[in-house]
Amino acid sequence: MTGDVTWAGLGASLTLVAVAVGVSALLGLRLERSLLWAAARAIAQLLLVGWALALVIAPDRPLVLSWLWVTAMTGYAGVVVRRRAPEIPGVVPLATAAFAASAVITLGVLFGLRVFPLTGRTLVPLAGLMVGNAMSATVQAGRRIVEQLRDQRDEVEARLALGLTSRQAARPYLAAAVRLALVPQIEATRAVGLVFLPGAMTGLILAGVDPMDAVLVQAVVMFVVLGSVATTTAVVALGLVGRLFTADHRLVGLSRPAA
Amino acid sequence: MVWVPGIRVRHPYRVVTPLTPIVSFSEVGVRRGDRWALRDVSVGIAPGLVTAVVGPSGAGKTTLLRLVNRLDVPTTGTVRFRGDDAATLGSPALRRRAGMVFQRPTPFGGTVRDNLLVALSGGRDDVLAETLRRVGLDASFLDRPAAELSGGEAQRMCLARTLVTEPELLLLDEPTSALDAGQRAVFERLVGELVADGLTALWVTHDLDQVRRVSKRVLVLVDGRLVHAGPTEGLSDRPEAMTLFTGDPAGSR
Repeated sequence: MTGDVTWAGLGASLTLVAVAVGVSALLGLRLERSLLWAAARAIAQLLLVGWALALVIAPDRPLVLSWLWVTAMTGYAGVVVRRRAPEIPGVVPLATAAFAASAVITLGVLFGLRVFPLTGRTLVPLAGLMVGNAMSATVQAGRRIVEQLRDQRDEVEARLALGLTSRQAARPYLAAAVRLALVPQIEATRAVGLVFLPGAMTGLILAGVDPMDAVLVQAVVMFVVLGSVATTTAVVALGLVGRLFTADHRLVGLSRPAA
Repeated sequence: MVWVPGIRVRHPYRVVTPLTPIVSFSEVGVRRGDRWALRDVSVGIAPGLVTAVVGPSGAGKTTLLRLVNRLDVPTTGTVRFRGDDAATLGSPALRRRAGMVFQRPTPFGGTVRDNLLVALSGGRDDVLAETLRRVGLDASFLDRPAAELSGGEAQRMCLARTLVTEPELLLLDEPTSALDAGQRAVFERLVGELVADGLTALWVTHDLDQVRRVSKRVLVLVDGRLVHAGPTEGLSDRPEAMTLFTGDPAGSR
């Protein structure tokens, strides 16, 4: 049996959304409208993306379309990061550069070492996975760094006053932020399979792929996430030093987030 | 290496006459948003003694200090250190020559040794212990967690942390305002000994009695302007200067 979901099946699964709406109504959460809107958006967006993907990654399409898709996605991810963490100065170019660096490294390994054949069908989803995770990690690490350097201003300036360069003075705070972004990935990597079956593997098994094949793909996917989060946060951390300090090693004034 | 007529002298430091200021401000102004934190300050700081910087809160005392080690930069005018424009000396190098102790102790994580090593990476224990001795802490403090020190001990550790960079000038930003009377007296005595050994200090304080105890010269700032500079001795005889630096608004112009 394979997991081919029919349109009727999709409709039936909406019952679960109805359950959530029912819970909201019962407990007076006033989330009914949000739930319905989110579900509708999810279906519409996925259908749209599915359609566009089918166009781009079809075997007879030139690979350059897939690369364009990846580039646009990377740029858009930078904009999303700004929306979620407006307090990080100059975040769009910084995040975009970090994603690009991470893409070069992870995609370089995956395709350079022939883990996957380089086709639209492999490139687009792998790059999406990579950028998606890098995006959350960037928001988390970037916020943390700005927050730390703002709240620990006295300590940072005490380090600068001892003749440390901005990078040396910021180092403990950068390390803490990158560590914080990496630890959940390490936890997830360690617990995988024992506690939960991750999304990719669940999807593959439902779609009828042999579990052993699904496991191999899943392992690669996890390592892609790990590698991309590590690279991105490191680039963001080092890049932020250039934004938060002047060239002559002074800490710039940092405002508190508006919200 | 300096040429003196007839004799070739090897000297590790630049030779300066006692009259050359260690720091000089010429027409220095600092703009903060729509107001001037400091305005048109011109003064020289004499080497080898303690100069107190006094004035009401918000008068620009801390800003004046932070201009010297370039934690702040002047909007107008020039700050010179030993005759060189501070902007050209390179902030990390300048800051090791002009060490700063802040109002509140700023211990970093780890032990006292870890703290000193931030300033002197790879420093040997005997060097660190000797520096601790200069601030009245014995070598056993090296292994103590910095977070567990008392306020006075922590501030002395911060002084030691600055001393390991072998500064020529100490910038003291109300370093005793968080200490009790006993610890304050210890800190004042230690700085006195360091200055007797050849260091110079620029000491921001609110405490009039402290000015008399520790300083030879005094700068009075009001509203970002330097309104008085002169010897500490005899200052009490000048009523207008006195009102100014006790912060009485009636005396502020």
